[in-house]
Amino acid sequence: MASVAASAPERRRRRFDLRKQPGFGFMAALCLLVLYAPIMVLIAYSFNETRSVSQWQGFSLDWYVKAFANKEIQEAAWNSLQIALVATVIATVCATMAALATTRTRPWRGMTTSYMVVNLPLMVPEIVTAIATLIFFALLYAALGISFGIGNLMIAHAVFCVPFAYLPIRARLEDMDRTLEQAAADLYATPWQTFRRVTLPLMMPGVTAGATLAFVVSFDDFTITLMLAGPGQTTLPIYIWTSLRRGISPEINAMSSILLVISVILVTASFLLGRRRK
Amino acid sequence: MKRYLGIAAAAVLLGAGPALADGQLHIYNWGDYTNPALLEKFTAETGIEVTLDDYDSNETMLAKVRAGNSGYDVVVPTDYIVKVMIDDGLLAETRPDQMANFKNVEPLWADPPFDPGRHYSVPWQWGTTAFAVDTAIYSGDINTWAILFDPPDELKGKINMQPSQDEVFNAALRYMGKPLCNSNPEDLKAMYDMLVNAKQYWRTMDYGMIDTMVAGDTAASHGWNGAAMRTRLQRPTVQYAYPKEGFPVWMDNVVVLADAPNMENAKILQNFLMDPENAALISDYAKYANAIAGSGAFMPPEFAEAPEIKMPEWAEPLGEFTLVCDQSVVERYSQLWTNLLK
Amino acid sequence: MTALTLGEVERRRLSEAEARVDQAKRSSAARQQRTRWTLVAPALIVVGLFGIGPLLIMLLYSFLEPGTYGGVRWEFSTDAYVQFLFERDLFDETKLLFTDSYLLIVGRSILLAFVTTIICLILGYPTAYFMATRPASQRNFWVFLITLPFWTNLLIRTYAMFVILRDDGIINNALLNMGLISSPIPIMFTDYAITIGLLYAFLPLMVLPLYASLEKLDFRLVEAGFDLYASRGSVLRRIIVPLSKPGIVAGCILVFIPAIGAYVTPTLMGGGKQLMIGNLIALQFQGARNWPFGAALALILMLVVLIALLFYTRNATRQQAALHG
Repeated sequence: MASVAASAPERRRRRFDLRKQPGFGFMAALCLLVLYAPIMVLIAYSFNETRSVSQWQGFSLDWYVKAFANKEIQEAAWNSLQIALVATVIATVCATMAALATTRTRPWRGMTTSYMVVNLPLMVPEIVTAIATLIFFALLYAALGISFGIGNLMIAHAVFCVPFAYLPIRARLEDMDRTLEQAAADLYATPWQTFRRVTLPLMMPGVTAGATLAFVVSFDDFTITLMLAGPGQTTLPIYIWTSLRRGISPEINAMSSILLVISVILVTASFLLGRRRK
Repeated sequence: MKRYLGIAAAAVLLGAGPALADGQLHIYNWGDYTNPALLEKFTAETGIEVTLDDYDSNETMLAKVRAGNSGYDVVVPTDYIVKVMIDDGLLAETRPDQMANFKNVEPLWADPPFDPGRHYSVPWQWGTTAFAVDTAIYSGDINTWAILFDPPDELKGKINMQPSQDEVFNAALRYMGKPLCNSNPEDLKAMYDMLVNAKQYWRTMDYGMIDTMVAGDTAASHGWNGAAMRTRLQRPTVQYAYPKEGFPVWMDNVVVLADAPNMENAKILQNFLMDPENAALISDYAKYANAIAGSGAFMPPEFAEAPEIKMPEWAEPLGEFTLVCDQSVVERYSQLWTNLLK
Repeated sequence: MTALTLGEVERRRLSEAEARVDQAKRSSAARQQRTRWTLVAPALIVVGLFGIGPLLIMLLYSFLEPGTYGGVRWEFSTDAYVQFLFERDLFDETKLLFTDSYLLIVGRSILLAFVTTIICLILGYPTAYFMATRPASQRNFWVFLITLPFWTNLLIRTYAMFVILRDDGIINNALLNMGLISSPIPIMFTDYAITIGLLYAFLPLMVLPLYASLEKLDFRLVEAGFDLYASRGSVLRRIIVPLSKPGIVAGCILVFIPAIGAYVTPTLMGGGKQLMIGNLIALQFQGARNWPFGAALALILMLVVLIALLFYTRNATRQQAALHG
């Protein structure tokens, strides 16, 4: 019989997957269901014929046409994207550096303070940050004449994105053992080379997780943005929130579906590019 | 290459400041309240490029304007906020009453208590705040605040109130026949007890009433007349009430900020808005009445005759503007409101 | 003549060498310290300048008097802090009565945040583990799958939940059609709806750090556990979970703290009849027009969270000292 020819460890592996935990797959599926149910609804209703978001009344592409024609939504979406991208880059860079300095080392003077400072934006309720930052930038302009235009928003976003990027990176770093880095050092690699070719690639899942979180948090923010945005700086969440009082328009659903499709395309593209490089 | 990237990045960050070029105008208005067709017409006639940004409440707008250097030329505050802004020196005295189109403003609105003689503001839209009831669920007399505070059985547990201490307390005081801006502790205690009792019949507290009434989550909803009309258009059994105890009338007005970068263009806009045809465009979008005579000719007749717009005659004397209350009264109101919602 | 014996020369050379080693160690330590400060500098500048600056303004504001219709008057007053615990009696302006309103609101928010964190953990841990144990080529796809919903705006997704949960919604209609119930179950505008809404908003904040941590799990340790006849449950409890602790902690912090201050989702899903601490603070900057009180509330809230965080770091620092000393 063929199975007899297989070695004992192989047989054991085939019957016993040590990674499997009972019920975890089910939980993951449940999680995905919970996450995607509203998305499906959203996409479905973007094709709804009438304005209502609760009664289905027939298939129509009208709202997509309107969304494409609605310059306000487009500008808002573009603003949101710009701000989120810049803020994510700034926040992730700052957070990665800070994580490297505060993890896996002996406690050094100022480490706890640094940790506190980096996580500070997490702890302040958004409305307070919003008003306080508004006043701060107003004072800055009044006293020194400095204003960065849309950069004000980008900086404010970067500030509250830093802790969201920091914590996953830190979690990842804490788990990494140093043998590989020590091996690199033994092979006469300089600290920078060790970092670039060993530490950074190992850290990547953490950095990616952190950057993703930062992006999402920035993209969704509206309390702080509402206060700080100036003329022409309306973002998507603000547009949506301020028009909600008069009822949700399926145009918004259509625009969201479009954004979704764009993001799918972007990520698939980067995924394929990554594969090809390997 | 890297140097140029750096410079380019810096340019992006710094260069997006407020543009002071001629031919621009920055409007800051309530969300979903401005007809894009109106702005297009304005640009076509004057060549001025317009940007529009949204806010969700007077307080948000006020906070930004007070902080200074908001970059906006024109904002649209509600009546009593206009008075506050005038008193705080935040507005430019543009003298709309001396502009060419001022003659079109209906006499009723030409000399309001919050801006005597119209030295600062131009009417945008006006409306009333009461409530709408789904007559398919309850078909009795709805013209009393008792519907919200002492509801009939069919409406219990299906009521929406506006989450505003001013609106709710004013309605409650009117219902009880007590004076507004009340500082009498007995009155306040009675009002508070009444509200605590009424709260159990409320389902939600939200400004948005259209979706929830159309979907049937609520059967009676505190709200504005224009929203009630939009609800009725989707659910024909909905009827707007005119409470006999009295109800608030409000008007949103267009004002120019004292630090507006494009002062002249803002004045052109103010004059533009007092033209009947343009006023009709304003009303057509959010479905509220405007204060410009002759605009009726440009609007569909169903609009002018709609029950939410055309008040029944007996209701006309019952509407009144909201007054600014004293700070000490506001403090006590806030305290009671927090206790009500804790 | 100073003749040095051979021994003395050797000793001197030895001590010189030791001195040089010491110096090398100290300068390397100094260099290390400088590197650390350089690394942490950008974060400190960005957050320190643009995060702490505004906070100091708020601190200042909490000691001022509220202006009419928003803003502040430049007069010193501790009213804002007193107001947290005491309110003026309606009938007698001078009497201060203890009030538990604000404590109640804070307590409710903390409880809600706590429940949300636990549920996120229960749902998120298996999901993250599942993702981390997929073949390496699939993992990025799973991360993508989990984060894709978050490219849509939270507000819209929350409204989409209305369609599912409301009385006339998908769930109720399905149950009615199947004859399982005779009248709609009110799910919307209840505390359950709030929990679902918060869970929905915060799930990726739990899953992603957990995943980052679990992905690096060394399964040889798990195999060792099985070799020692441990059951799957034991392996989970005593090997996997402790090893993924940094991820768990990161996830919990990222969910719990923002959840305390959350108010948009609870208001939308819960109907707005009850105040959360986030609502209350926002209210002070809006309808209640009492900025100093809003600032004071925020600072009190921050203090509570800060103490908890400080406690955790001290603990973690001690552990790290033990590990890396």
